[in-house]
Amino acid sequence: MKYAPLKSINDLNKVKNQTLKSIEMRLTDVEKEIDKYHILVCAGTGCTSSKSNVVRNRLIQELKKRGLSDKVKVFKTGCFGFCKLGPIIVIHPDHTFYCKVDPEDVDEIIDKHISKGKVVEKLLYRSPKDNMLKKRMDEMDFFNHQKRIALRNCGVIDPEDINEYIAMDGYKALANILTENKNPEDIIEEVKKSGLRGRGGGGFPTGKKWEYAKSYENDKKFVLCNADEGDPGAFMDRSILEGDPHSVIEAMIIAGYSINAQQGYIYVRAEYPIAVDRLEIAIKQAKESGLLGENILGSSFSFNLDLRLGAGAFVCGEETALIHSVMGLRGEPHPRPPFPAEAGLWEKPTLNNNVETYANIPIILNKGSDWYSNIGTEDSSGTKVFALAGQINNTGLIEVPMGTSLKTIVYDIGGGINDNKEFKAVQTGGPSGGCIPKSLINTKIDFKSLTDIGSMMGSGGMIVMDETDCMVDIARFYLEFAQDESCGKCTPCRVGTKKLLEILEKITKGKGSMKDLEILKNLCYDIKDSSLCGLGQTAPNPILSTLHYFEDEYISHIKDEKCPAGVCNDLLKVVISDEKCVACGICARVCPVNAITGETKKPPYKIHQDVCIKCGACIPKCPVDAIYKR
Amino acid sequence: MENLTEKEQKNLKNEKVTINIDGSDYEVNKGLTVLEAARSVNIEIPSLCYLKDVNEIGSCRVCVVEIDGTRNLQASCVYPVREGLKIKTNTERVRRARKTAVTLLLANHHRECTTCIKNLNCELQNVSDNLGIRNIPFTGEMKDYGLHNNNPAIQRDYNKCINCRRCEAICRKIQECNVYSALNRGLDTIIAPAFQKDLADVSCIMCGQCVIACPTGSLTDKEYIDDVWEVIKDPNKHVVVQTAPSIQVTIGELFGMPIGSFVAGKLVTSLKRMGFDKVFATDVTADLTIMEEGSELIERITKHPDSLPLLSSCCPGWVKFAEHFYPEFLPNLSTTKSPHEMCGALTKTWYAKKYNIDPKDIVNVGIMPCTAKKYEAQRPEMVSDGFRNVDYVLTTRELGRMIRQIGLDFANLPDSEYDEPFDQYSGAGMIFGATGGVLEAAVRTAHKLITGKEAKVPDFNDARGQSGLKYGEVTLGDKNIKIAIAHGTGNAKKALEMYKSGEKKFDYMEVMACPGGCVGGGGQPILGGKDHKYISLSYRHNRADTLYNIERGKNIRNSYENQRIKEIYKEFLKKPLSDISKEYLHTSFISRSKTPYMKSDK
Repeated sequence: MKYAPLKSINDLNKVKNQTLKSIEMRLTDVEKEIDKYHILVCAGTGCTSSKSNVVRNRLIQELKKRGLSDKVKVFKTGCFGFCKLGPIIVIHPDHTFYCKVDPEDVDEIIDKHISKGKVVEKLLYRSPKDNMLKKRMDEMDFFNHQKRIALRNCGVIDPEDINEYIAMDGYKALANILTENKNPEDIIEEVKKSGLRGRGGGGFPTGKKWEYAKSYENDKKFVLCNADEGDPGAFMDRSILEGDPHSVIEAMIIAGYSINAQQGYIYVRAEYPIAVDRLEIAIKQAKESGLLGENILGSSFSFNLDLRLGAGAFVCGEETALIHSVMGLRGEPHPRPPFPAEAGLWEKPTLNNNVETYANIPIILNKGSDWYSNIGTEDSSGTKVFALAGQINNTGLIEVPMGTSLKTIVYDIGGGINDNKEFKAVQTGGPSGGCIPKSLINTKIDFKSLTDIGSMMGSGGMIVMDETDCMVDIARFYLEFAQDESCGKCTPCRVGTKKLLEILEKITKGKGSMKDLEILKNLCYDIKDSSLCGLGQTAPNPILSTLHYFEDEYISHIKDEKCPAGVCNDLLKVVISDEKCVACGICARVCPVNAITGETKKPPYKIHQDVCIKCGACIPKCPVDAIYKR
Repeated sequence: MENLTEKEQKNLKNEKVTINIDGSDYEVNKGLTVLEAARSVNIEIPSLCYLKDVNEIGSCRVCVVEIDGTRNLQASCVYPVREGLKIKTNTERVRRARKTAVTLLLANHHRECTTCIKNLNCELQNVSDNLGIRNIPFTGEMKDYGLHNNNPAIQRDYNKCINCRRCEAICRKIQECNVYSALNRGLDTIIAPAFQKDLADVSCIMCGQCVIACPTGSLTDKEYIDDVWEVIKDPNKHVVVQTAPSIQVTIGELFGMPIGSFVAGKLVTSLKRMGFDKVFATDVTADLTIMEEGSELIERITKHPDSLPLLSSCCPGWVKFAEHFYPEFLPNLSTTKSPHEMCGALTKTWYAKKYNIDPKDIVNVGIMPCTAKKYEAQRPEMVSDGFRNVDYVLTTRELGRMIRQIGLDFANLPDSEYDEPFDQYSGAGMIFGATGGVLEAAVRTAHKLITGKEAKVPDFNDARGQSGLKYGEVTLGDKNIKIAIAHGTGNAKKALEMYKSGEKKFDYMEVMACPGGCVGGGGQPILGGKDHKYISLSYRHNRADTLYNIERGKNIRNSYENQRIKEIYKEFLKKPLSDISKEYLHTSFISRSKTPYMKSDK
């Protein structure tokens, strides 16, 4: 599709009104019968990997075959968040939410839903709470406790059509600024008043950051977007870029206007091919529409935007390392001061914000800072997107107001723990964060409260753990990650995190001593205190927080040489219950190392511990569940 | 070098700020870092990765201090001072963090101190001692990468590398050869040439500045001490040794003498006591180099002005730099061999004949300020009548070790004279050891050759001093010649780029690969260990000053006045640029690529 260049706010409004008419059915409950359908197919990475693209193509093909192409339109859309249920499609105007849609289901959807107006029940979501089928998103607990601001357009619009973004008040904030020739100070003041804080992890007040970047005059200045989302399991930024790339682009243009920069870069991971693709399409369409490039909307303001792909180093999420990487250097941090606001890209003043931070900007400027600051807590206004994962029923992407309690997230949105196991802890902040124990489940999450209890907001990873998770092993996992991702520049991080990891490995093997625990603690403090960048300074957090709340687990590993959660293999034995064993001999046949001996029909069989490699192959094969780890 | 001057200019403004260190107020220069400011008021902060004006990256975390208003400890080597800054340098928290940082470095460092080349002159050893580290509580993986030394000059022991990256910085910022960079991540991070190739396979110019910069024994010169002892003890060998001009002002430092001590006489005595058959001064053949290069200059100016600019070629590091990075300038390089190679060539030919010694029994050992000379000596071009010109090259440091091995009290040795026929030299030959010296000497001779008169002002003050790139003009007869002097190959690169763009033209340029010239050479004494805080580029001035001072007192200051040179021409070479000269005293060059390993991989 070719987009005509928009020369003024009136042009923009025209596009808005036209497009709005066509997508109105998605946004409201249409009273009157209309004979048209929109099928929105999630085209995020999660659903795409479970073949939502095949579903979409099949839909288009079948509709065409049946001559329904004019009546039913199929769209790509961004992430709905309920990723566990993917592939997800939503049919408008009746807002029917179908989950786990297989390409094979396409015929039934068309025949039943489209042709006869009947719901395909087998594709509806069944709530584990009341065992009832739920048709619409607003009937589901998963969505009801959420407030989608940054994700406002994900699952609503087609991210590959700029006009749909415009229909949702997209580029309105920018158009107002340019039309009214607004004072940059006033824009920055508005951002400051909103109380928006950096969503990348640090939580630095965004308005203040813009103010600093504005205060350094230079012939060249830059606006950067940090889309190098690296926390294991986190995909907040990816979903925004895949579902609503224009919100980030618009915000960056506004940021450029506010600090007097004419060039921006989005630093995005190459492992996000869909996001990269959508961004490229969005930039192209924005340029065609006259919303990016020279003389935006016919004004005197020009701003260019380019992508820079990162090779997936975690440290490149650190802003100075990111800047090095954008310049084509090895991704390594450098000491601050000078801060990027003073000397960043090519030593020029540079403003760097995270994807989610940017996604909030246009709506803040449209609805006003008061509206935004009324959401959330005093310390942290607005909402936060989390990637909810772990031992929980509903995994996926959620956005909640700041101040929502962990309990609401785990039990209401998350639907509680898998298999009714006992909840143990929530890990937030990824490799830089910590574990929050059950006793603190009523904590209302915002920047301050999470830091106060030894964790941190981070970029939004949230992993729920239950009784089968070993906290020492969790700490070990994160340290392995930190050591692997350390850029190797400063001593505490390069060597220190390795030494932490080695001590943890010793402990998980039952070879640790209480002296090791002391060395571990001291080294944690020194690494935190003296590392060069945030990666090193926060790398010990997973150890410190688990040590603080779960010290008994460490001590069990050391003194009793036992792993209470039954995770650490070296401390476990695979044993056969004498009472349960029926001497069928299956286990002995499965064992790859012939560690099990016994005589058929003469129980019990026995596992020779000196031979057993603890692979666990025998456990699921036992017909009477007589084999277990302890 | 630009860094240096910019920084100095900044300090010259003399703007002061008041900072508070450990409870006392101090007035210090604006633009300093906390580390520099503290040291300027005699408060010592330990450091490892910091190398003044070269490597200021705050990576080792040994120089951390508490700074009021910041949450974490800050690396003082990169933290700028500002008015009212409050700093604490010796709290428990600081001491602990420093100790932890060094302990962690030691936990991954192969501690072979007693057999290490840098034993007793190692910054890591020194800082560990100062911090009182007695115990390394960490066990676990220690990387083992082994020794890499497939080249004649420099060996890399990764097992002793502490990732301070001083080698990387000096190679990138000062020499601009970009040989080293960080590879891999986490504990696997190493500072190495691309693909961890040996230095022989990359665009390394063997200058050895990385060796000078290395705080530990990770980068060292490749030792030939045992080989030299071997030939000395062989009664059938006639072993002659030549000492480069700069050695006489630097080797004293290895024996506790002040920087810039002139010790030519003691140097000769020590070599004689070691058992060398003859001790020669390379300064003599430096005079010869001047005669040849000066003549080449005149020839190019008068007969082939299209072959200008003439570029000096006595520095093997610079020659290799040109071969790798500027092959288009190879026709401009003077074909005159370096004094070192001339001495070698003449001992195996003219000298052998004159003294009736079979050249196959002659061994020529060079005592050089330079690691690149080890490489130069093994170049295929450096052969005369089938005999290698120079058989072994030892650095100043290696000679120091040999002197210690035989227990000589160097500082108290009596003086001796160099041996004939390479004994008398002019001041011009001597100042080869400092940047600008070659050009100055060549211009003096060219002036005489063109005008028949001595140059009016024999001291070209323009040529001296430590500014990295200098331009000037001299009058040779009726011609004005534009000259340029560069030291540090980064500056040579700058000059050549400006020449190519037409921004700054010149007719004759002297290049020395090392900052300061040979007095700052990669084979010179390393001010490590306890003197680490003086390590910068500036101590090289003092060494050069001595050369110039001694030179000023010399009776003969021009190469063409040197009696020995006259003899050599009379008996052997006939005249400068004669066929015999060209056969024995001139050489050729090879175009190499910036990524030689790509070729060798094929």
